[in-house]
Amino acid sequence: MIELQNVAYNYGGGELLSDISLRLAPGSFHFLTGPSGAGKTTLLKLCYLELAPTSGRVSLFEQPGTGFSRDDVARARRRIGVVHQDCQFLDHLPLYDNVALPLTVSGKDVSAEQTNISELLKWVGLEDHAGALPPSLSGGERQRAALARAVVMSPDIVLADEPTGNIDWEMGQRLLQLLIELNKMGKTILIATHDLNLIRTAKSKVAARVLRINNRRLQLAGADL
Amino acid sequence: MQRIAAAIKGRIAPLWAFVQGDGQSDRVVPPSGFTAQLTLFTSGAMAFLAVFALALSMATSRVATRWSDELARSATLRISAPDEQMAAQTDLALEVLETTPGVASARRIPEAEQRELLAPWLGVDLPLDNLPVPVLIEVVEEDGLDVAGLKARLAGEVPGAVYDDHSRWRAPLIKAAARLRLLGVFALGLIAASMAAMITLAAGSALAANARVIATLRLVGAQDVYIARAFVRRFTQRALIGACIGTLLAMLGLALLPSAQAGGFLTGISFGGAGWLLPLLVPLLAAVTAFAATRAAALRTLRRLT
Repeated sequence: MIELQNVAYNYGGGELLSDISLRLAPGSFHFLTGPSGAGKTTLLKLCYLELAPTSGRVSLFEQPGTGFSRDDVARARRRIGVVHQDCQFLDHLPLYDNVALPLTVSGKDVSAEQTNISELLKWVGLEDHAGALPPSLSGGERQRAALARAVVMSPDIVLADEPTGNIDWEMGQRLLQLLIELNKMGKTILIATHDLNLIRTAKSKVAARVLRINNRRLQLAGADL
Repeated sequence: MQRIAAAIKGRIAPLWAFVQGDGQSDRVVPPSGFTAQLTLFTSGAMAFLAVFALALSMATSRVATRWSDELARSATLRISAPDEQMAAQTDLALEVLETTPGVASARRIPEAEQRELLAPWLGVDLPLDNLPVPVLIEVVEEDGLDVAGLKARLAGEVPGAVYDDHSRWRAPLIKAAARLRLLGVFALGLIAASMAAMITLAAGSALAANARVIATLRLVGAQDVYIARAFVRRFTQRALIGACIGTLLAMLGLALLPSAQAGGFLTGISFGGAGWLLPLLVPLLAAVTAFAATRAAALRTLRRLT
């Protein structure tokens, strides 16, 4: 689904990622870990073509990313749900409309999807917050809302960047459970996190591969994880 | 025929969809911001100026055309002959003129009137009797006058007569009228360009201020044209509303200008009859200008921002 071959990425002269090769197979569950500033977010951005690699090749859905126009990138992102670290929302729209945003921008009739959106809000435990504006939500609620928005188009892949970074342990577990449920539905999951406890908990529930960025390169994490 | 209808429908459908708008997509752009007021004010002010420029251009052109027309309808026959032949040649010239088709009237300008005409240059105490002043005959033309034929006849029958159809005076007036029309169009073009520039700046500013909104929309799969449309529609609407207000105010101002026959050019700055429909095109042109300017700015900014 997403494949990176010998990818390198430079940030203003310095090399952040080097010779990265990764293949996210359908239905797989991956964790991406590493110290802060190692390049986890950058790697995720390379996966959904927010950034272009300095060298190497990124393929999305068996198509080379270099051949993607801006419109192709937009269409591809409808098949990739992204839970961003800082949960980007449109602050002037209520939560319901924010969750429905991927449907809106892809020209789908949101009113026809009303039941699905309501069920999705219920699934993430935010059915009572449908009319609330994003700034009024707590960190955990925003993360769950971001997850609901990420899956509203029923994407093939969900990429989550530090989804539990700003929330307490209990809320983190709840969010992880939701991601595991998505994986059991056949979705491919890639979570970037430095929270090793989260990874350990997940590994007891799902067959997850743990990758670590170490010294600009990607490697399989050891048995300690 | 069906193919043509289908092609027209294909062309109109996106435009109609744009005019109708999409309630859902319109809401993705935050509703307020100083750019809203800026666009409204700019388009209103520019439309106001455009209507005045249009009225001024039309009035100037009208005056020049009227002068030119008045000169075109009249001519002067000048007779310079020895004293003893003057009366005979004058009578003969009047007879020729009266029998020429296309001459509405011919009148010898009396000595007193000639004195008045010359007074500004030669003074009021002009001893006209001592000067070799020619006899002047005022000719009013109507349709069907063969000027070349008349000149040929006069040359044969009244050797001292010179027919002046004022073409020497009319030519620069016609040229001036054409130039004034051109200047009016140029002024309107400048106003449209200024409005486009201001709206482009406002749109660029709005897009930059909403960089986070745009990033979010791109993240969830919005295409550039979708994001641009949301901005373009809003700016076009604002420009149209502002231009409508500006146009109406300018038309009201022109309609309330005092009308006085003696006012001449100044009180003639207005539209007449069906001419009042012309300023109604200004809001439409403003909307088209805003549409084109915002669309270009939006697509350019989107490529830069994301």
